[in-house]
Amino acid sequence: MVDGATDSLSRGAGEGGVRVQRAAPITLTRVASLRDLSRVAREVCCGRHARACLVPLLLLVLWWLGTRGNPDGLIPPPAAVGVALWDLAFGGINDDAFSQMLLTDLIASASRVYGAFLLAAAVALPLGMLIGRLPIVRDLLEPSLQLLRPVPVTAWLPLSMIIFGLGPRSAFFLVALGAFYPILVNTVFAVRSVEPRLFEAAQMLGVSPARLFPKVVLPASLPGMFTGLRVGLGFAWVVIVVGEMTGVQTGLGAMIMDARQLSRTEIVISGMAVIGLAGFLSDLAIQLLGRRLLAWSPLHG
Amino acid sequence: MVEPLLRVSNASKTYPGGIQALRGANLIIERGEFVCLIGASGCGKSTLLRMIAGFEHQTEGDVVMRGKPVTGPGPDRGMVFQDYGLFPWLTVRGNIAFGPAERGKKKADVARIAERFIAMMGLERFADVYPHQLSGGMKQRVAIARVLANDAHLALMDEPFGALDAMTRERLQDELLAIWRATELSVVFVTHSLEEAIFLADRVVVMSPGPGRIVAEEPIVLQRPRDVSSPEFNAIRRRLAALLHADHVKEAA
Repeated sequence: MVDGATDSLSRGAGEGGVRVQRAAPITLTRVASLRDLSRVAREVCCGRHARACLVPLLLLVLWWLGTRGNPDGLIPPPAAVGVALWDLAFGGINDDAFSQMLLTDLIASASRVYGAFLLAAAVALPLGMLIGRLPIVRDLLEPSLQLLRPVPVTAWLPLSMIIFGLGPRSAFFLVALGAFYPILVNTVFAVRSVEPRLFEAAQMLGVSPARLFPKVVLPASLPGMFTGLRVGLGFAWVVIVVGEMTGVQTGLGAMIMDARQLSRTEIVISGMAVIGLAGFLSDLAIQLLGRRLLAWSPLHG
Repeated sequence: MVEPLLRVSNASKTYPGGIQALRGANLIIERGEFVCLIGASGCGKSTLLRMIAGFEHQTEGDVVMRGKPVTGPGPDRGMVFQDYGLFPWLTVRGNIAFGPAERGKKKADVARIAERFIAMMGLERFADVYPHQLSGGMKQRVAIARVLANDAHLALMDEPFGALDAMTRERLQDELLAIWRATELSVVFVTHSLEEAIFLADRVVVMSPGPGRIVAEEPIVLQRPRDVSSPEFNAIRRRLAALLHADHVKEAA
């Protein structure tokens, strides 16, 4: 206990008894902690995640500066949006029609997004494989699909409401349409651009022409199809607001439309933020899945 | 007369549009033979090899493997490509097991065969690695193992070491010869390196472009392992280089 300054350094400040012994260690720890601090600061400022947060923070500051001192302006300040988000999630502040509705709306939108995405994938994947591999199917369908592809989902809205009626079925159709084309186009491309060498390799190892599809085409085009699925899911989140313009009662799009009519811009912005975040997390999840399933591919592994 | 392993008689290949890639090729490969095809680009050596593989069909003449005309690719003629052609979604083990599994062998047998050829090519440490994680030399070892594991009688090798660095190429040449000697494999090996051809082959087939054709065949009777810097080796090299070169002179004239 009494044998030297270095010893008490390792035991920490709580144990120290004699004043003389503690003097030296404190300066040493101070230097060490300063060094630690700068290291931590460097990691925080220069890490990948930190860099990713920099631009959003900057935008937040600009937003705050732009709306400061003008509480009755058309654009609400960040704090008002924060309060609105809290009320949307937990209630207890405004206690109006929007309070505590966030989870309900989020679940409604997410189920539409994923349901419509799965429907789009179930149609686009096989269709894309057929178009990519069978010239007759390509000749029959590709021109028509290319003709329909530039028509935006928004333009389909009125027709969709006539065909599918007001409400969730229309929303489902529009979101599925948004996800459909990216999956289709990527699948056609993936299936068509399988390296010819791989067919030769399979054939010389004894694969019959009929089995080339399951043994070569399918596995070789998985990364491309996966890219299509990822883009398609992103598009499903993009078009959810348009989809929910069809007169559905719940959903983030419906919430934004209702808030717009009531000039509740802070709720509109809250809805935008939640859609952005949900789409972001959804993309992260599908990327992790891809990395897991396609470890063999230099693009995904 | 015993039918040779492979017989190519008077085979020609003319593409639509009239370009003749190969004219009147005659070639016999005996069981266990190692034959190198050599020539400048456009001499038809790859066309001839791909014809034997069944990827291309001759417009005239016959290609007969063990008494049967070749009509398409088959597992009795395994091919090793310069760009490997490995299946990127399968591990090294999966690539080697692909042929036996596809031909309906029992699971336990497939696993045993894969193990055997993984060991033969010294790939134990890489058995569960995907192709994109391997060096070029390792990839080509997998491609060779894949053909061997599939019981091919004839290995068709299309400039297999052309994309590798000199040291790796020399090692793989030695390994290939060791495997060839240990098995009953026959090899047709396309190269544009005279040294490689003379180092490896029992017989060197010299080809010429415009139109692609076989111009000479030279048995190499040197003892193995061959010394590429010996006077005998150089004498053969000079003779074959003159044959290859004669054609260039004629073209230039």
